[in-house]
Amino acid sequence: MMSKNLRIANSNFIDQTSRISFKFDGKILYGFKGDTLASALIANDIHLVGRSFKYHRPRGIMTCGSEEPNAIVQVGNDASMTEPNTRATEIELYEGLEASSQNCWPSVNFDIGSINNFFSPLIPAAFYYKTFMWPANFWKLYEYFIRKSAGLGKSPTQPDKDIYDHRYLHCDVLVIGGGISGIIAAKTAAKNNLNTVLIDDKNNLGGTTLFQQNECFKINNSYSNEWLKKEIETLDSIKNLTIKTRTTLAAYHSYNYLLARENLTDHLDLNEKKDKIRQRLWKIRAKKVIIATGAMERPLIFNNNDRPGIILSSSIKKYIDYYGVKCGQKISLFTNNDSAYETAISLSNSGVSINSVIDIRDKSNSLIVKQAEKLGIKIHWKHTVVNTNGYKKINSIEIMKLSDDGTAVVGKKIKDECDCLGISGGWTPRVHLFTQSGGKLKFRDVDNVFLPDKSELDQISIGSCNGDLELDEVIKNSVNSINKFLNVNNNDYKNLEIISSKEIDKKNIWLLPSDKPFGKTKPFLDFQNDSTANDIKLALREGFKSIEHVKRYTTTGMATDQGKLSNMHALGIVAETANLKMGELGTTTFRPPYTPLTFGAIVGRNVGKFFDITRRTPIHDWHVKCNAEFENVGQWKRAWYYPIENESMHEAVQRESKAARDSAGILDASTLGKIDIQGSDASEFLNRIYTNAWSKLEIGKCRYGLMLNEDGMVYDDGVTTRLGENHYIMTTTTGGAANVLGKLEDYLQTEWPELDVYLTSVTDHYATVSICGPNSKKILSKVIPDLNLSDKEFPHMSFKNALIDNIKCRVMRISFTGEHSYEINIQSSYGKSLWEKCFEAGKEFDITPYGTETMHLLRAEKGFIIAGQDTDGTMTPVDLQMDWIISKKKYDFIGKRSLYRSDTIRDDRKQLVGLLTDDPNEVLEEGAQIVLETKKQPIVMLGHVTSSYFSPNLNKSIALAVVKNGKKLKGQKMFVPMKNKTINVTITDTVFFDKENKRLNA
Amino acid sequence: MFLINCPYCGERDQSEFSAGGEAHIVRPKQPTELSDDKWAEFLFMRKNIKGVQLERWNHTHGCRKWFNMARDTSNDKIHAVYKMGEKPPIK
Repeated sequence: MMSKNLRIANSNFIDQTSRISFKFDGKILYGFKGDTLASALIANDIHLVGRSFKYHRPRGIMTCGSEEPNAIVQVGNDASMTEPNTRATEIELYEGLEASSQNCWPSVNFDIGSINNFFSPLIPAAFYYKTFMWPANFWKLYEYFIRKSAGLGKSPTQPDKDIYDHRYLHCDVLVIGGGISGIIAAKTAAKNNLNTVLIDDKNNLGGTTLFQQNECFKINNSYSNEWLKKEIETLDSIKNLTIKTRTTLAAYHSYNYLLARENLTDHLDLNEKKDKIRQRLWKIRAKKVIIATGAMERPLIFNNNDRPGIILSSSIKKYIDYYGVKCGQKISLFTNNDSAYETAISLSNSGVSINSVIDIRDKSNSLIVKQAEKLGIKIHWKHTVVNTNGYKKINSIEIMKLSDDGTAVVGKKIKDECDCLGISGGWTPRVHLFTQSGGKLKFRDVDNVFLPDKSELDQISIGSCNGDLELDEVIKNSVNSINKFLNVNNNDYKNLEIISSKEIDKKNIWLLPSDKPFGKTKPFLDFQNDSTANDIKLALREGFKSIEHVKRYTTTGMATDQGKLSNMHALGIVAETANLKMGELGTTTFRPPYTPLTFGAIVGRNVGKFFDITRRTPIHDWHVKCNAEFENVGQWKRAWYYPIENESMHEAVQRESKAARDSAGILDASTLGKIDIQGSDASEFLNRIYTNAWSKLEIGKCRYGLMLNEDGMVYDDGVTTRLGENHYIMTTTTGGAANVLGKLEDYLQTEWPELDVYLTSVTDHYATVSICGPNSKKILSKVIPDLNLSDKEFPHMSFKNALIDNIKCRVMRISFTGEHSYEINIQSSYGKSLWEKCFEAGKEFDITPYGTETMHLLRAEKGFIIAGQDTDGTMTPVDLQMDWIISKKKYDFIGKRSLYRSDTIRDDRKQLVGLLTDDPNEVLEEGAQIVLETKKQPIVMLGHVTSSYFSPNLNKSIALAVVKNGKKLKGQKMFVPMKNKTINVTITDTVFFDKENKRLNA
Repeated sequence: MFLINCPYCGERDQSEFSAGGEAHIVRPKQPTELSDDKWAEFLFMRKNIKGVQLERWNHTHGCRKWFNMARDTSNDKIHAVYKMGEKPPIK
């Protein structure tokens, strides 16, 4: 139901036969296909769409594009699909659209927070920083209330159901922006056989020229819009040209790498969106880039310039000429340049009454101003608006004459009634993408604009984003630049006859004077973050000089619009106040994305199970079937423990640990890293990589090795087996496999290219089944009856090739638990059947599957380290009390020299020790600090617990720890202070169980 | 995001590569004969210049070869790529 008729009949772009219903703040409204949410709201006479961030002042639609600071709305009310902070000016209307205002409670019309407006003198720039600094422990209380009142929209609470996509795109020429210059560029490039892509963020091409139908702008005797329309019609027939509309260039990186977001379904009716890809992120590599992003109109900064109904003049023009919507019935325009007169003429031609144009300039004799005067439009030259009235919508303005120097107002105040005020403060070229790509800007004094200067990349800027603001310049300069840039000679646009009104008289005042004293006015700069010119001046008075500091202190330009409308005026006011030249002040840096991107578009399809690779062993299904709980180790899923019935983790691990030592246990060790090493220099290579010596290792024997970094710190460990004269298989930790391979390759390729060594990762090629315990030998003899398992034939730390059901496998007699133990490696595809065979054979011995937790417990009983748990990149082998593994004979190995640096030979380094608690039932927390003295403060922390378990085989708590000078402290009583008690501990040897290693050969 | 011309595979996206720090730091042949200071220099001291820097890069998700690169750290322009063991083509 429309209260007033705000639509005119003759729009070419809106289909007034297809009515669309939508909801705004719960109210059902109607618009047409082709509308944006903003144009439909204005057509329904709704201007008040939100409340400002700090003072909760009523705010209305101010623009018609991506620079919109006020009309920020929440779209959708589904917990998984609702989207906050979207610009009503960019949302295409669709059947079923639901949108609501943000930052107001209980409603946009009655907002409790607006009380802040009356207290606004008490809420200056940086109010929060200044007020909530003290007392420091009150912050928790403050934070609750600040969080409640801050923020714009609401995040969805459920996972996003929409589908998002990523794609790559390669092209010769990318043209960004489908306005008149972009169309000329794309056409020229494609016609010269260059693979060209033209993108535009709107739903159709043409930019503002598309609806520029004015006597003052003609090309070859046609209106500029008619000429352009014909140009656009020819694009379809051009080969090599891809056009993407509704596609926003988000980021422009070095090497002409760009990201663009294409909206695929956002404009579709609710029931048409289903099961379609919502947005696609294009990753573009372009050989050449042509930026034709146009310019945006500036506001003017004067007292109370933020009321609903105050709209950029060019946007009023688009609403009437493109959408056929009147922004008001009685419109005033306020300007410092000629472009507002184009709006005035459009309005007048559409039958909207214009109060007057207020122009701060003394005069203008351009074609367009003369045409406006001819239409009888009243102009107040050298006047300014000093105040506006109307709370939820503007209802009048107050006008006064400017003094000659422009710093004050003189004479009598004129009151003018109006329901809409168009403002125009000139134009700002959209140089955002140019600066994102690393380009440097230059300043043009005559109209106060920053323009593209130098760039390292193969790119140009053309049209109004390059500072060509008049139609004839846009065409002529663009054509010349394009021809030069693409090294072509396109004469299609050479002899055009162009009529274009020329702006000669220019004047700019960054902060317009008022009859009220400065402190009593509210000239808003950043509409979204609610900062005023007063805030900027306050920051300068308080000593901030750099524009980057002023920006952060006042939050000007830091809202979701990145200050698209406010940055220039902030710079201008700083320059004026600090008496600096604009060009010298520099600019703030524009960062990607140009407009906010959805998280969905950024992650694309990499969500849920596609977020990261999940690696499963060939035996995984068996573990699942047997109720294993899993632990993530890198990308691997490893069986953690196997609870029976209602067993807790602790109960399961205690049972598994006991069973493995009492009879037999079985572990899936397939995740261990495995690197196949071959070549005539393989032994020499291992000599250089590991701390111990390898040349004399017999074929068929295994050896444990420690790998250091060049700084002497332990990096990884594992058992390596000599399979043949020049053939080894190395095992690494599960998490370290990829890095170890990388490190070995690095040394081979860069330091020792003369070595004849070949490395192959075979981690995934073999499944590894480990059987341990006193009955392991009996079980293995059932699985491989022909293998001689006598200690003489097959001793500890040796290897045999074997056949199981005619399948080749490698059996190593090695142990990480201290038990008599075998590891069988078999081709991955046979992993599960081998496991089942071993399990079946072990049934008579109650073979117990155990997981990583039990493995960790058993090795801790033996004092074996886990690289990465008991070491942290600061432990040398000597710190680990593993001096025996450092070869004294070898001339060099990685990290050797570092083992006797002044720092690594210190006595008081942290060293690995065992810890026993006085109370055998008290299990320490891993990471707990260890101290000698608890009374005297500050308490000196001497080390921490690295591994801690309750050992069922010893029936007491055991722990490994690193302690300063620990080697010499055996028997020393120490303390582990916890939150509510202090635990008494004694330093011991690191081996708790079977110190004589009797069980290895049992 | 750079476009890197791997000397073995040709132009590829930066996401396939990993950086490995300053190039042309040769591991001493006789580390045991170095003073603590000299060894520390090899171990820890790295340049971080504004301008053209010689760096090690690895085509991790490609041929896995290490190579060297002359890159201007101020604008990320890659002036040259060259194989391990080759002399830098520019000064």
